[in-house]
Amino acid sequence: MNDGLLAELTAIGRAAGAAPDGEPVLLADRRGALVVRVGDLAVKAHRADKDPGELGARLRAAAHPALRDVLVVPLGEPARVAGRLVSVWPYGAAVSPDDPPWEEAGRILARLHALPADALDPPPPYWGGVGKAARTVGRLPGGPAATEIRRAFATLPGWLRGEAPPPPGTAIIHGDWHLGQLVRPPGQGWRLIDVDDLGWGDPAWDLARAAALFSAGVLPPDEWARFLGAYRAAGGRAVPGSGDPWTTLDIPARTLAIQIAATSVLYALDEGRPLDEFETALVDTCSRITRSEVGP
Amino acid sequence: MQCPKCRGTMRTYDRNGVHIEQCEMCRGIFLDYGELEALTRMQNQYMQPPPAAPAAPAAPAPGWGAQQQHHHHYGHHRQKSVFHMLFST
Repeated sequence: MNDGLLAELTAIGRAAGAAPDGEPVLLADRRGALVVRVGDLAVKAHRADKDPGELGARLRAAAHPALRDVLVVPLGEPARVAGRLVSVWPYGAAVSPDDPPWEEAGRILARLHALPADALDPPPPYWGGVGKAARTVGRLPGGPAATEIRRAFATLPGWLRGEAPPPPGTAIIHGDWHLGQLVRPPGQGWRLIDVDDLGWGDPAWDLARAAALFSAGVLPPDEWARFLGAYRAAGGRAVPGSGDPWTTLDIPARTLAIQIAATSVLYALDEGRPLDEFETALVDTCSRITRSEVGP
Repeated sequence: MQCPKCRGTMRTYDRNGVHIEQCEMCRGIFLDYGELEALTRMQNQYMQPPPAAPAAPAAPAPGWGAQQQHHHHYGHHRQKSVFHMLFST
């Protein structure tokens, strides 16, 4: 089904200046988004269900000079292929799973969060990740793990369950940060990719995945300390400058723990296997979240 | 680029500024000319005694945090699920 689209993305990459030789390499085909490497460029077909107006505004924000040392800069205007937006980017090397650059990650997020309110004109939309946990939990089947996850989800504030409008944003945030969102284009330092959820929001959400995995006992404490320490040392605004970081991280970390647990259950179901030790650790974290709110 | 050993897909990774091609399947590594020397130089720097650094303070966790660490390794022995959690949405 993707062969036609793949050919169109390759043609767009070549028209944008990618070297004419060399086979295109599929980099990602996940949840309706398709990314292909064509020579030294990466071409992305964004998800068809993304609001084109909002996505266009996020892509325009990514091209803003104020973000040049934070984000990979898109090449030219997005194209339209079969009703989907297609964007072209310089290709960058990915983070090695053996050696995540946690300090760089902390510093680059601190730089993004430091942008003043009027840095981007027009301002980008509200960040796009607000409903993600609710949507993922909503796809869960029955079963004991899913029940634990749903109970924890029920303890989250109403705005995360779609029952109230979200609080106003205080910074420009990436909106879906994880280690796969860092790349290093030739001759540059680390940069962020994937602006599909970029927008106004609470910067604590960009630390939420790492915070959740640390809290679940999956991300080792020294790696979490490197990430958070570098973020704080760079003046990152998501947490208080000193003292307890969980005053601001708590709700985003709970939400991501629940979301990752739900994603894990869905993956395991899809692959017809039981949860492994780490996925079980996330479901156990959901049980502790529930107990911390409603008691045993 | 395909792995010459197992025909898996080679991905480009950045290791301390050196770009290496690593096979997604067998984790074999392909180095361009000069990259081995660059890695060796960095290893030599790494072997120098580091300046005394203060020990990282123990990171506090929230009340609902785990008491127990689940040990895993990245790279060759990493658990696929942990990679997913850290590297994808």
